[in-house]
Amino acid sequence: MTDSKYFTTTKKGEIFELKAELNSDKKEKKKEAVKKVIASMTVGKDVSALFPDVVNCMQTDNLELKKLVYLYLMNYAKSQPDMAIMAVNTFVKDCEDANPLIRALAVRTMGCIRVDKITEYLCEPLRKCLKDEDPYVRKTAAVCVAKLHDINAQLVEDQGFLDTLKDLISDSNPMVVANAVAALSEIAESHPNSNLLDLNPQSINKLLTALNECTEWGQIFILDCLANYTPRDDRESQSICERVTPRLSHANSAVVLSAVKVLMKFMEMLPKDLDYYGTLLKKLAPPLVTLLSAEPELQYVALRNINLIVQKRPEILKHEMKVFFVKYNDPIYVKLEKLDIMIRLASQANIAQVLAELKEYATEVDVDFVRKAVRAIGRCAIKVEQSAERCVSTLLDLIQTKVNYVVQEAIVVIKDIFRKYPNKYESVIATLCENLDSLDEPEARAAMIWIVGEYAERIDNADELLESFLEGFHDESTQVQLQLLTAIVKLFLKKPTETQELVQQVLSLATQDSDNPDLRDRGYIYWRLLSTDPVAAKEVVLAEKPLISEETDLIEPTLLEELICHIGTLASVYHKPPSAFVEGSRGVMHKRLPARTGSGESTESPDVGTAAGGSAPEAAPSIIPSQGDLLGDLLNLDMAPPTTSGPPPPTTGMQMGGMDLLGGGLDSLLGGDLGGSPAMGAGFGAAPAVMPASLNAPVGGGLGDLFDLGGGVGMPMGAYIPPKIVWLPAMKAKGLEISGTFARRAGVIQMELILTNKAMSIMTDFAIQFNRNSFGLAPAGPLQVLTPLGPNQTIEVSLPLSTVGPVMKMDPLNNLQVAVKNNIDVFYFSCQYPISMLFVEDGKMERQVFLATWKDIPNDNESQFQIKDCHLNSDAASSKLQGSNIFTIAKRTVEGQDMLYMSIKLSNGIWVLAELRVQAGNPNYTMTTIRRSGS
Amino acid sequence: MSASAIFILDLKGKVLISRNYMGNMDMNEVDHFMPIMMRMEEDADSSPLVTHGSAHFLWIKHRNLYLVAMTKKNANAALVYSFLYKMVEVFKEYFKELEEESIRDNFVTVYELMDEVMDFGFPQTTDSKILQEYITQQGHKLDVGAPRPPATVTNAVSWRSEGIKYRKNEVFMDVIESVNLLVSATGSVLRSEIVGSIKLKVVLSGMPELRLGLNDKVLFEITGREKCKTVELEDVKFHQCVRLSRFENDRTISFIPPDGESELMSYRLNTTVKPLIWIESVIEKFSHSRVEIKVKARSQFKSRSTANNVAIMVPVPSDADSPKFKTSTGSCKYLPEKSVVQWNIKSFPGGKEYMMRAHFGLPSVESTELEGRRPITVNFEIPYFTVSGIQVRYLKIIEKSGYEALPWVRYITQSGDYQLRTN
Repeated sequence: MTDSKYFTTTKKGEIFELKAELNSDKKEKKKEAVKKVIASMTVGKDVSALFPDVVNCMQTDNLELKKLVYLYLMNYAKSQPDMAIMAVNTFVKDCEDANPLIRALAVRTMGCIRVDKITEYLCEPLRKCLKDEDPYVRKTAAVCVAKLHDINAQLVEDQGFLDTLKDLISDSNPMVVANAVAALSEIAESHPNSNLLDLNPQSINKLLTALNECTEWGQIFILDCLANYTPRDDRESQSICERVTPRLSHANSAVVLSAVKVLMKFMEMLPKDLDYYGTLLKKLAPPLVTLLSAEPELQYVALRNINLIVQKRPEILKHEMKVFFVKYNDPIYVKLEKLDIMIRLASQANIAQVLAELKEYATEVDVDFVRKAVRAIGRCAIKVEQSAERCVSTLLDLIQTKVNYVVQEAIVVIKDIFRKYPNKYESVIATLCENLDSLDEPEARAAMIWIVGEYAERIDNADELLESFLEGFHDESTQVQLQLLTAIVKLFLKKPTETQELVQQVLSLATQDSDNPDLRDRGYIYWRLLSTDPVAAKEVVLAEKPLISEETDLIEPTLLEELICHIGTLASVYHKPPSAFVEGSRGVMHKRLPARTGSGESTESPDVGTAAGGSAPEAAPSIIPSQGDLLGDLLNLDMAPPTTSGPPPPTTGMQMGGMDLLGGGLDSLLGGDLGGSPAMGAGFGAAPAVMPASLNAPVGGGLGDLFDLGGGVGMPMGAYIPPKIVWLPAMKAKGLEISGTFARRAGVIQMELILTNKAMSIMTDFAIQFNRNSFGLAPAGPLQVLTPLGPNQTIEVSLPLSTVGPVMKMDPLNNLQVAVKNNIDVFYFSCQYPISMLFVEDGKMERQVFLATWKDIPNDNESQFQIKDCHLNSDAASSKLQGSNIFTIAKRTVEGQDMLYMSIKLSNGIWVLAELRVQAGNPNYTMTTIRRSGS
Repeated sequence: MSASAIFILDLKGKVLISRNYMGNMDMNEVDHFMPIMMRMEEDADSSPLVTHGSAHFLWIKHRNLYLVAMTKKNANAALVYSFLYKMVEVFKEYFKELEEESIRDNFVTVYELMDEVMDFGFPQTTDSKILQEYITQQGHKLDVGAPRPPATVTNAVSWRSEGIKYRKNEVFMDVIESVNLLVSATGSVLRSEIVGSIKLKVVLSGMPELRLGLNDKVLFEITGREKCKTVELEDVKFHQCVRLSRFENDRTISFIPPDGESELMSYRLNTTVKPLIWIESVIEKFSHSRVEIKVKARSQFKSRSTANNVAIMVPVPSDADSPKFKTSTGSCKYLPEKSVVQWNIKSFPGGKEYMMRAHFGLPSVESTELEGRRPITVNFEIPYFTVSGIQVRYLKIIEKSGYEALPWVRYITQSGDYQLRTN
């Protein structure tokens, strides 16, 4: 006998009949009646009128019946809040039942009754269940806390349930731990400022232990929670990775993806030259490939994520091209994703295979897939220069098929190929022109028109071709109209004699007969240009176009980083940050990858921000101790100006207030690379006062610099960045103005430049070079100015620097001579960089080593000076200095004086050790530094 | 974290049964699901993830049912899909087959299961054997014999209950290797992959500790035995029961097995092996008149092995008619509903070559619909043989009662995704 019979009663008066049956004395009849009620509920009938009668059946000794009544309650309690109270007593009673199954059932159902009125009655039973002896009840109660929190957060906090939940993370039962972690994560996600999951090495250790013992789902909860943690240093990062990697062998794809997320995130902190880093890279590839044997939906999630991973770390899958070859029976969404990844992995080494595949795909029947395959061929041509010729000939073959959408798609990509390799493949234009008539899609028409206009001088009948488009001008889409206008103007400039009439015609069509403002404006601009200064017109319209870049569809790096932190989730499938599609998540912190920080403090650690945002009083010491002879020079130079410290600028106070208001949401912003709080600026008003007499003595100047400038601008917590100053005035450089500064971000020295074009003409072809300098600074890559800089345009560029360039001692020591070239001329200027930029992240010396070194170094290398008017206590000072890679190794307190021992390492390997003495109540610090040459 | 609610819908989009797990979304949102699916279908589009406003639907299809999870948060999508598939598995264990009828016939149990497998969007116990210990289809009196949650549910060993007893203790192992092959129309092997799986049928009493030894190359390198023939496994996936950290450390596969049938592990190898059955084909299409097909099949394994139940599916145009066949062995069948010719060879010994010719008529009026060039696919199985050469060296069974138990091992190689593209 099956349950389907319960669905069959459909006659009128049914409710009435059910009511009678529910109130029957016979237990069996009662149960049958409840089943009928649930059946009606299932098919969507409203049976809420039976509420009191069903609730009356709640006190039963039949488990099946009880479950059904509970189910009914969950569905209708909200619509009958007053009557739901009737159920409270039974819940309270069931929570004390001898059978753990009943206790858990009661506590589980209780939380699903989202009626505010009854929630407070549920607190006592829940409290008991959280401490139940049976883990089955405890794991259910843990989830119930999250449910209750969703209904009434305040109540849960007042009742102290959150603390109980945190305690459950140390429970002896792995399933309880997993559910507690899940519940806490859920609460933390909806209340980002709650700071619930204050993960620390101890709690992380507990989670990692539970990871080995809980169910597959529990493993996912724990891994997802781990992914929110930021290890203190690379060693901790590595040890977590080592304990997470075995999960890559789990049969459940979701466990694998969550493990990949943790590894991808924590890898960021590992130095690339570490052996383990390479091992980890190798371990990631096979499980990612195996995900492609999972069910299609999981394959889809995996592919979307692989797309991100390939962009972030192309080396992982670079040899795995073949696994992304499309199978005939793949669902279309899998096919399209595979194609995307194939293009990303295409390289000179595998291009022949890729092209053969793409050609095969381009002759399939699925239109979307074919189009994408054709487009992919074009992208290969642009990406792998050596293959361009083969790609073009493949596209020509495809055009010969005369399949309409193939031809159109091919023409669109050929246009891009022309943009990338101008004057190379024009021989194919004739073939393209043959297909003019078959083009009916705007994008293809626009592309074809662009080609005709661009190469008008080589196409004999260019005027005829363009004229043919002109007939139906008003029926064309804007895209085509704009392109046609430009193309005809180009044609006119190239062959003025024969085409005057044509250009007149198009200009009047665009300006007089069109109501599209874009088109009209462009038409007027051309018209005026042509009528006033044809030479200028030529320069503008026929200007050389910048080459298009290789990969146009890369995800922007900060978004990519955020998405990597969301591997496996909807965000990673949509390739959008959660704030873009989850309601009410606007203020939520954007996740970031941790910065690689050697053994230093991670810049992301949120408490750095908050500590700084607090009441920083007047001044704190920030120290640029320096090294040896080089430093003597530096000292000379820098020590002169700063002697006074003004009151903090009024703006800082306001910024501080703003910080507090915005709270945690801003942490990520401030705590990221920029690090820290603007309020800090105020704290650094003081200047070092006493200058060591000896030139040879280190410390001082640079330090003063730090303080002094810090007072003026909002000094970020992470590392000190001076404000931008003008390095090259426009007057001296034919209209090019360069201002800039230096910064150390995520362990990389950056030269941050603002280029402004104050001249009348366009500037292109920027390049930069440095003269030899004291610390071997050199650009680590070309100057990334990809688009031409128009008049009055400004562009911000940041140029990563390396310290492996040629070395020559400069005077002053931190002087840097720079040459910038553009299409107009070469310009020279010099600038000075703050020495603190050279402090490296692994400058934290081992305690023992520190001690030995401190004793070893002769007194000659020692110098002392004072810092006046610092009102920070030693802890705040120490954390502040850490932001600039000045690490506190030890602290001791002698007679009310705090002594901080610190170490600094410069990029050229020179160590500086320092002792900072801080006396409570005395705003003047004493600093002693010694240096040791590099190892 | 994952699903706000889960729905089971019929093909028309009618809700058969649903469970609201978080109560934070309007359950009627699901009414938008089917219209969106229809619209996508019209555009020949398809995606396992559809959106309506702030509601996201993650769905899978099983027979005539849609299983749909609804969320409005940044849910863990991999977890949701994996959970939906697990649900299907659980329902199948309970009702033999999961389809519209079985949902209707067992709606009370379905509700109970939905209550147990997920709580507030967090998947809980999904092991059907354990679930069956306390969610049964008979009504229970609370006072007598009402089930209690088995300790297994929350134990670290959550897949095997204590107190299992058998008179005769045995373990049956099946080592099954599937060969995935993709060959281009020009006859070059694009991809060749072996996906293996070791399935267990465990008939053992108590809480036995098992250790499985394979001729794993990495293991042999660690232990310094390199003379024997070994297999390099590219990626290995294990059942929940295997101690992953232990495997990571010293490649030991140790576990307490679930009772009854389960998949212990799966593995993947990319070593290029000679395609076991090689197909050469010529498909000549004479528009408006006929198609002529010539297929040559060659078995490229040792002659002491034999492939059984070989079926070679050759695509033909969908408007073909009047089939004629000639084969050197086996028989041919035209399957118009799939537009293929299926050539069956009951037994195909190694080192042999067979031929098949087929002839079809084509209508003089050609259909306007463009047809894709479908590949030739091949099904087969070869018993007592693994392509990779993997071997079970031992299976140690230790139980504290000290009983003797026998392991039985069977090897089989079969076709996986075996495709040869045609011109």
